[in-house]
Amino acid sequence: MKKILVLLLLAVVGFYVAETFFDIGFGNSHFVKNEAIKPVKDIYLQQTVQELKVSNTVTSIVVNFRGFDTLGEVTVLFLSVTALGSILYKKRHHVGERSVLFSASSIVTSGSKLLFPAIVLLGAYVFIHGHLSPGGGFQGGVIIATGFLLMLLAYENYSVSHNGLSIVESLAGITFAGVGLLGFMNGGTFLQNFLPTGVLNDLFSGGVIPIIYIAVGFKVAAELTGVIYTVLNEKGEQNG
Amino acid sequence: MDSTYFQYLDYAVYGTAVLVMLTGLYAALVKRSLLKIVIGLSIVDSGLNLLIVTLGYLKGGTAPIFSAGYDGTQTMVDPIPQALVLTAIVIGFGVTAVALSLVIRLWRHHHTLYIDEIKNLKW
Repeated sequence: MKKILVLLLLAVVGFYVAETFFDIGFGNSHFVKNEAIKPVKDIYLQQTVQELKVSNTVTSIVVNFRGFDTLGEVTVLFLSVTALGSILYKKRHHVGERSVLFSASSIVTSGSKLLFPAIVLLGAYVFIHGHLSPGGGFQGGVIIATGFLLMLLAYENYSVSHNGLSIVESLAGITFAGVGLLGFMNGGTFLQNFLPTGVLNDLFSGGVIPIIYIAVGFKVAAELTGVIYTVLNEKGEQNG
Repeated sequence: MDSTYFQYLDYAVYGTAVLVMLTGLYAALVKRSLLKIVIGLSIVDSGLNLLIVTLGYLKGGTAPIFSAGYDGTQTMVDPIPQALVLTAIVIGFGVTAVALSLVIRLWRHHHTLYIDEIKNLKW
């Protein structure tokens, strides 16, 4: 009975969502008829190349045009990590015990020791080249965190320093906000570019955008590693 | 590309995204295990992200990246939904992490993940 009700509800919701989107159409430009009205994406694409000298438009939107939004997003991530830590808070003597179902074989341990530097290098590549190629701070940070996840799964006694993580995270956050405030001091607005923009498709181009994205990369890597470490060290009591 | 090809693709692409979304909603409403409810919520997230990215597509458009191979003549797809979805993915991760930590906390109290067996929730 309940399932039928739910299915009916979902059918209604699905019908209206689908109808709305089918009316919009797939892959149509809605600005063909009127030349005077230009979509906001044209201005973003134009300014990305001409003023900011950044190749990846998504990066320039995330870090520059909507940089304040990204600062809020990073704050939300930080808050969720803090909430996770405080919800899973435990007394001192429980900390450090990890629930292990079975220990990893020697193939896994030696293989992950081999792979870990390569994974971290790939993550660093992705966020350093965030303004040139697909990728960026969030993606690179996630890649680095997967490297730490691999090490934590392979080695039972592998531990990450919580203090180190919070120092990296705080420094990255301060860099982001500090670069934004420096834009203020140079006579502009918050997060405005104040460095020379260089040549398009150069590694050192785009002014402050690579700096901010590298800071975001470090921050995301530290936060996600903290989440993984907190949850992995959560020991469930089997007999209660 | 042929225009009739895109007509069928219209329904397929939007239909898939809406179907993914509805699958997640179904799991969140019907399943009794807390873990499955959290999984359902994150599936709703994926479906919505798929829907928003699809909305920004333009016919024949390339990725909005001005790398060396771009000749300056092709149209580019709308980069704004992609940037917004990047934000939405990160927020979705945060929501899932907090929800899972609440599930762990409930497990510590009640030693069960099935909401039928948690008596305090009944009214």
